Order: sequence, then structure tokens, then C-alpha cells
Amino acid sequence: MIPAAFDYVRAGSAEEAISLLGEHGDDAKLLAGGHSLLPLMKLRLAQPSVLIDIGRLSDLSYIRDAGDHIAIGALTRHRDVETSDVLAEHAPLLAHAASHVGDPQVRHRGTIGGSIAHADPASDLPATTLALGATYVAQGSNGTREIAAADFYESFLTSALADDELLTEIRVPKMQGAGWGFQKFNRRAQDWAIVGVAAWRRDGQAGVGLVNMGSTPILATSVAAALAGGASIDDAAEQAVAEADPQADLNASVEYRTHLAKVLTRRALEAASG
Amino acid sequence: MTVTEDAPATAGVIGQRLLRREDPALLTGESKFTGDLSVPGALHLALVRSPYAHARITRIDTTAAAALPGVVAIYTGGDLADAWAAPMPCAWPVTADMKNPPHHPLATAKVCYVGDGVAAVLARSESEARDAVEAVEVDYDPLPAVTDLDDALADRVVIHDDLGTNKSYTWALKVEGSDGQVDQAFRDAAFTVSERYVQQRLIPMAMEPRAVVAVPQPFGGDITLYSATQIPHILKLMTAVTLGIPEHQVRVVAPAVGGGFGSKLNVYAEELLCMALARRHHVPVRWTESRTENAQATIQGRGQIQRIELAADADGKLTALRVRLLCDMGAYLQLVTPGIPLLGAFLYAGVYDLPAAYDFECTSVFTTMTPTDAYRGAGRPEATYAIERAMDALAAKVGVDPLELRRRNFIATDAYPYTAWSGLTYDSGDHDAAATKAAGLVGYDALRERQRTQNVAGATKRLGIGVSSYFEMCGLAPSRVLASLSYAAGGWEAATVRVLPTSKVQVVTGTAPHGQGHETAWSMIVADKLGISPDDVDVLHSDTAISPIGLDTYGSRSLPVGGVAIAMACDKVIDKAAQIAAHQLEASADDLEFAGGAFTVKGSPDKTMPLAGIAWEAFSAHNLPDGLEPNLEASVTYDPPNFSWPFGTHMCVVEVDTETGGVDVLQYAAVDDCGVQVNPLIVDGQVHGGVVQGLAQALFEEAVYDSDGNLKTSTMADYLVPAASDVPAITLDHTVTPSPTNQLGVKGVGEAGTIGAAPAVINAIVDALAGLGVRDVPMPASPLHVFNVIRAAQGGQS
Repeated sequence: MIPAAFDYVRAGSAEEAISLLGEHGDDAKLLAGGHSLLPLMKLRLAQPSVLIDIGRLSDLSYIRDAGDHIAIGALTRHRDVETSDVLAEHAPLLAHAASHVGDPQVRHRGTIGGSIAHADPASDLPATTLALGATYVAQGSNGTREIAAADFYESFLTSALADDELLTEIRVPKMQGAGWGFQKFNRRAQDWAIVGVAAWRRDGQAGVGLVNMGSTPILATSVAAALAGGASIDDAAEQAVAEADPQADLNASVEYRTHLAKVLTRRALEAASG
Repeated sequence: MTVTEDAPATAGVIGQRLLRREDPALLTGESKFTGDLSVPGALHLALVRSPYAHARITRIDTTAAAALPGVVAIYTGGDLADAWAAPMPCAWPVTADMKNPPHHPLATAKVCYVGDGVAAVLARSESEARDAVEAVEVDYDPLPAVTDLDDALADRVVIHDDLGTNKSYTWALKVEGSDGQVDQAFRDAAFTVSERYVQQRLIPMAMEPRAVVAVPQPFGGDITLYSATQIPHILKLMTAVTLGIPEHQVRVVAPAVGGGFGSKLNVYAEELLCMALARRHHVPVRWTESRTENAQATIQGRGQIQRIELAADADGKLTALRVRLLCDMGAYLQLVTPGIPLLGAFLYAGVYDLPAAYDFECTSVFTTMTPTDAYRGAGRPEATYAIERAMDALAAKVGVDPLELRRRNFIATDAYPYTAWSGLTYDSGDHDAAATKAAGLVGYDALRERQRTQNVAGATKRLGIGVSSYFEMCGLAPSRVLASLSYAAGGWEAATVRVLPTSKVQVVTGTAPHGQGHETAWSMIVADKLGISPDDVDVLHSDTAISPIGLDTYGSRSLPVGGVAIAMACDKVIDKAAQIAAHQLEASADDLEFAGGAFTVKGSPDKTMPLAGIAWEAFSAHNLPDGLEPNLEASVTYDPPNFSWPFGTHMCVVEVDTETGGVDVLQYAAVDDCGVQVNPLIVDGQVHGGVVQGLAQALFEEAVYDSDGNLKTSTMADYLVPAASDVPAITLDHTVTPSPTNQLGVKGVGEAGTIGAAPAVINAIVDALAGLGVRDVPMPASPLHVFNVIRAAQGGQS
């Protein structure tokens, strides 16, 4: 398990990382926690010619109360998201989802920004932040822009980030006491979800995000709409796959994955309503 | 001090829970594995491997790869044709007409599985070698893959052209008290069951992948092979034969070895390539396996389709048994590939009293997948799975509780030693005691009550209880029995016990530990016999220069064969020491007592001589009895008169989520009887690990091939080895029924957990779902498989 040869550069600042990205284009990959990228490189499925290490940009690791939302630095480790008092109070669904990422070693190295920028539909945090209506902040050579989570995930492992853009912050609206549920169904604790569901409800509003139900994380808007229209949880959960495009793999057929999404959506909504 | 319980270190050492002396070095990284060895000047081997399951090689172009930095040489199979004096060995020609295709370390005309070696790259570093592998151009003419066993048997596509068939052999074992008894019993039976089970392929996945370093001596042709192997002694013999090197010029060393489970009980292409290329280039050559190579190019286990039929009388007592196996050899026969089904052939009647009405036949076929061979239990987990699943099916037909049906059929305790239908003698057993104890641990009767209230119509969490009673026919083995099964070698083991001048003891064993804790256990046997501290005993092993003969470690043989050999060598040492003591004390040897490490004249407690003094006398040889050789040392080569027959009952309690197909193991209890336990802590560890591997087969693991013969589970993200968080707490207990076969009363225990576990788990799942009409679930019982069988039972799509 030896990667192909690559060059390594350590960025001293976000600006330097962006400049290096501009210089090397799509031959370069950003290295944060490395827990998605390095396994791909060891299997030689990814062969970037340059790794730009942003792991020491400690000013991008923070969790702050920013009034109507919580601002989370992109380099914040999963473990810090999991154990944050601020998130426990204002976005407990995200903290809980972070506690289900990989295993303790992964959570101590992996970062929320890395997970979101990797845009893996099977990862827990993209779908969870999507369900919460998060906004992502990207910094590029032309400045900073905000991208709504709903506009961020374009296709499999592909996001709206430009080649020279660095994801710097995740802004999660405060849940304001909303009920929530998180269902992750897998065979081993450390694995990606076969299907996962992150859901919240408050005053007739709801948000439901689906993990591993298509080529991107899925926002199950039909479920939320059904609930808003007065549907029962059971009936609303039947709408779980309306926006999804489930695929078969070793762990699930399309039929089984569809079935699981409905069952887990129902269970997540029941928890959110309890 | 290594004692964990308050007990004197020098009295009754056997039975103490001593911490393993191996562990501090392993846990601190001090132990050196093969890959850790620093060998200056070594070249690194990497293999170009076939991406096709079945293809003709039409062209190999190494030009671009050879020009890369660090590349020293690249060899194809054709380049090395003269390097082999013989094909790679298969030591178990189970029938005279068994088909065995020539198998060399690199393929020449054809590749027959994904991972088959095509070319060997030698480079100055591992990364340069692996980069060059990617630059070797190989053109293939793909041929159809053969991944289905019935399809293989049909010879639609013949893999080995010269054989003309994919069938390797058919081997039968039919034992009847009178002609036609089996057929008659099935005609007369009050109840019969006919079941079909699939033993999926498993990947052994030792924590340490394989690794090899071959070091040639500068003059004279001697070569030392360091390998992560379970079988240094057999490897020495086999590599000498395959490479045509005089046997005495080959030394094999197994450094610290990180698990094997049978996968390192083999002679592999990479070992032969490193040796051949080290001799050719006159420098050391090394290779370390990647995890994906470990999945593709190390042997896999299981791979059988089983049909088992039981006949029983009105009480559910077994009257006859019929078994038909179709076994997956993979692309080639490795060291003992064809013998694996035979190791289970005697166990399909399990722990039950069966008349001589047994009809077993197995047919083995080649496929275009990685070769199979021994994997923890090797034939016996498969057999136990079939009989224990079928007993549950029979219980359902008879209408009795599965535990009750087993009790009606257990071999009675007072029938031991028990001569079975096969003529084999089972040494000792008390099956009812083990089953009763296991039932008590899980609260069997209360669980059955709870099941009645919980498993009602519409319940989404259904409770299931699974029982598995097993035998582990192990301690391989009486050499004559192995001969009757056409195995090429014997089953003895050698030991030397050497008391040094200062009375410290060296033990030389032919066993080859790779995680079992032999150094601890063997030192305890010697300490117990000689009345000394285990800390004063050193155990030497796994180097053919130190232990020139031995038959290594597999088949739960090391303690009941190798450990017993050590005890016997201790007896010879004590006999010789008694002669010296008698001479020194001016007494008759018959008047001496040996206790607490000293000889004392009976009735004269002041006339005593400790072993320490005797050891010095034996060394100085100043005053020995006439004709007695100096030094205090004895060797024994022990061929056991019988297998050892550990047994036990495992029980598993599950809750199945009928909506998701998820299985939650609520309880797992294992009651194992391996006779006298030398170190119960090590026994517990063996059972824990074994249970987890059996549970892994039941719930998690499968080497999945697609119809093109691609391995879809070649990383640990896809091949689901369970982690600590994925397995339940395991409740252990034991009964102790000493083996009368050997002086220690011991039986093997290395495979017991694996043998008992899988049927207990699957029986529990089927039990949970019985009310829904489910009778079987394929292994691994993944949520998808469980969901599908529930759907199918309820008439939906599966």
C-alpha cells in the first residue's frame, strides 16, 4: 500500500493554500485530516502530483456562536464537533452525527471541512449539514463567497468549489430547540452508513437529509413538505426516496436501500417528535 | 513476577493464569516481524499480478518498466522456467487419480485467478518496485471466468486445458454395519431432513500480512529464508525440493509472526521467488505483502456447497446420515487444499451417537478464483455447521426443543472412550454437562418463555436462541491415520529439554507459534514437571538451525502433540537425574522421591539433592555413575496414538429487527472442554478469538466475486472483519474432562471457538424468524440477506 510519487507543500496560511491551488490546478489536492484522501492514494485510485497540507492552519479550527448561527472552522476535527458545548446547545443533531463518523482515530484526525469538501454521499456530515440548512463559506483568489448546502453538492465526489477555492467555514443555523433524530444503519460501527437519515422538526417545519441514497447527499424535501401539509410521520416517511437515486452495492439492493430509507426516516422523525 | 493469582510459582504451575511472557515485547514493538528485519543491500520484489480471472497471456513488455529508476531486473514466468526443480507442492494427493495442474510461482501461458503472478520486479526500494509493476505492459486474451461450482463441474469452460476437466477428485467415506443400511434407514425413518448450506469463501486476514526475506550466504550455496510462516520445518523441506537445493543448505526462520489461522500453513510463490532470485543475484531479496495482495494472493478458506440428510426414528434419534459436498479448490492446489474436506469428513455426525450408517462423498472442482486451503478449523467448522443446522431442522420436524433433541442424541458420558461408526475412538466427553452449563449461562428456559411473549405477530424485534454442540477432532495427528488419508507427512512432534549447568532450562520445540503463547505454556509444562519456576525456562523455536526437526503449528496440534512431547522429554530428564542423584546420595534410584525440584531418599528427608546440584554434576561429569553420558538433556519424538477430541456447547441469543434485517447479538455463551488447561488465560483467549472468527463468518465476512471473477472485497473497507465494537461480550465457562490419551490430559483448543460459533449464531437467527416461515438464511447473515429471506418467506420479492 504505497502511494504513487507526489510533491508535498505545507501552506502557512489560507491565502498561501489558495495561491498554491491556483499554481498547481487540478494536479493538486488539499490535505487536511487525510482520512478520505490518503486511503485513495494508497490504493492508487487518487494520484495527485502535489499535496498542499493545510493541517496546521489552526485559525481555521473553531466553533463560535455567531448570533443566528454557529460558525465552525473547516479544520475543526470531528471529535471537537462531537464534544462541543456550543453545538450541544444549538445544533445537537450535528454534534451527534459527528459522534458516528468512522471510529475514534478517524474522528481525532478527520475534519468537518474535509468531509464536506470531499462531497461523499455516504459521509454523515454532508447530509446532516444539508438537513440543517447550512451555508458553506469558500475563499478563493477573488475573495470569499457563501454557498448554500443545497447548492453545493453537484455530483459524486464533486462540489461547487472551484479548483482554487478553499472551504473555510460551515455556518449552521441554530436549531432553536427543534426535536431531532439521527439514524445510521451499518454493519460495523466504523463503516459508512448503508443508509443514514438526519432529521429535525420544529413548529411545523422539518428538514431531512439522507446519507448514501444517491450520487450526492440528498435533501428529502418531499418528506418535509408532506409533514408541513399535515401528513402523519408514517405517510411522510413513505416520501423519503422521492428525491433520492439509490444504487446497489455489496451491502444493499436498490429495493432494500429504498425500504431502509423509509424505515429509518420514520424512526428519525419519531425521535424528532418525541 | 508473572503470576496473576496467589499461588506459589513452583508448585502446580499447570492451571495457573500466568500472563503471557510474549506480550511485553509484542506490545512495545520490541518483537521483530519479518518486515522489521534490517537487511542491508536487500533488493525488493514486487509482483505484476493478473487483473483477469482467466486469460491467455499474449505479450509481456518490460522495456519501459526496466528503464525506471531503481529497477534491477524483471522476470517473466518463462524467464524463470529453469529455476524450479519441481512445481509448487501439494502434499495431500487424496486419491490416486486426483487431478493436480502444474503450478509455478509465475504463470506462463495462462492466468487462472485475479492476483495470479505474471512477472517479478526486483528494485532497490519497495516503492520503486511497485512503481515499476505499474509500468510492465501485459496483453491478455480474456477467457470466461468460472466462479460457480456447479458450472465448474459441468466443464462448460475447462480451466486447465491439459486436465480436460475442472473436477479434481471425488473422495468417499461410506461406512455401513450391513450392506444398504443407509438407504434402509432412510426408508424406515420416522423423520428425515435434507438441507443445503453454502460455506462462503473467507479471507483469513492475519493482522500481519505475509513477508519474506531470503538471504544467501556469500560462499557455499547456503540460504536462509525468513518468512512469516506457521511451518518453518515443512517450508524448509518443500523449498529445498522445489528449488532443487540440498535440504541441509536451507535454513528457515520464522521471526515473530502475527497470526496465521492456516493461511501461513503453505508454500507460497513469493517465498520461492525470493529464494530463487536471491541465489541468482547473490544478494538478499525481500517482499512484503500489501493488504490487497493478502486478499487476492494468500489462500482463502471454506468454499463448499453442502448437502446433508438425516434419518431419525420417532423419538428423533439419528439412524443414518448422508452428506454430499461440492468443494471449491480455487485455481490451483496449494499445500493441503484437497485434504480440507477430508478433515471434516469424520465429523458430520457431530457429538451424536450414530449407528454405522454414514455415507459421505465430496467432489472438488477448480474455479478461476484464489486457491483455497486451511483456514481456522479447516473442514471441521463446515461439518459442524451442517450437522448443527440440520439438527435444528430435525428438531422442528420432530416437534421438540433443539436442546432436547441434542440431549436425546448425545453420546452418553459412560460410553467413553467411544468407538464411533468410523472406527475412530473418541477419547473422552460429557456433552450433557457442557450443554447444561451453557443453558444455565444464558438462562435458556427463561428465554424460551420470553420468546413466547415477544415473538408475536407484527413484532419487529424477534428473539432467537441458537444452540451448537461440537467436537473438534484435532491434535494432528496419529501418523498412521494420516497415511490412511493419503497425507504425505506424519503427525509427530519433537522436543528437547536441556538442563544447563546452572539448572536453567532450555526447551527446543518443533512447534511454530504465531500468536498462541507457546513460550509461556511450554515453560509452564516444564516448570510443573521439574519443580522449578517458569521464569527459569527458555523456549527455543521456529528456526530450523535450532530445531532441525518438527512439524510446526496447525490443527490445534501444538499442545496435545508438541506439549506432550516436552512433558515426555522432562520425564527422561528426571529419570537420568535420578540416576545421578542416587549415585551421589548412595541410594537406589527406586528409593528416591522427586518433588519440589529435588530428589529425596524416602524416609530420610535430610538426604536430598536439588536439580541444581544434579545439573552441575551432569555438566562437570566428575562423579557420574559408570556408563552414564554427561549432561542433562533428553529428546523425544512423539507420535500420538489418537486425535484429541475437545467438545462443548455454544449458545447465542439474538434479536432480529424485522424491518431492517439487522441482527443484534444479545448474549453469547461458550462452554468448552479442552481437557486439562495448562494456562486458562490462554485458553480463554483462544476461545474468544475463535468465537469472533466464527461469528464473523456468520454475520460479516465473505470473499465476494463477481461473475467475471473479480474479487469485490479486496480491502478492509469491503471485507468486513469485525472490530471490538462489533462483537458481543462473550461469556466463557468450561468443563474439564481430561484426555486419557496423553499424560497431561490435554486436548487442543485453537479452533474450538470457530467451530462452535457459526451454527450457534445462524440457528439463533433462524429461530427468531421461524414464526415468519424462515428456515434458512445464507451466511453471512447480513441485513440484506436477512431482509431478503423475510421477504421471500412472506411471499414478497427477495
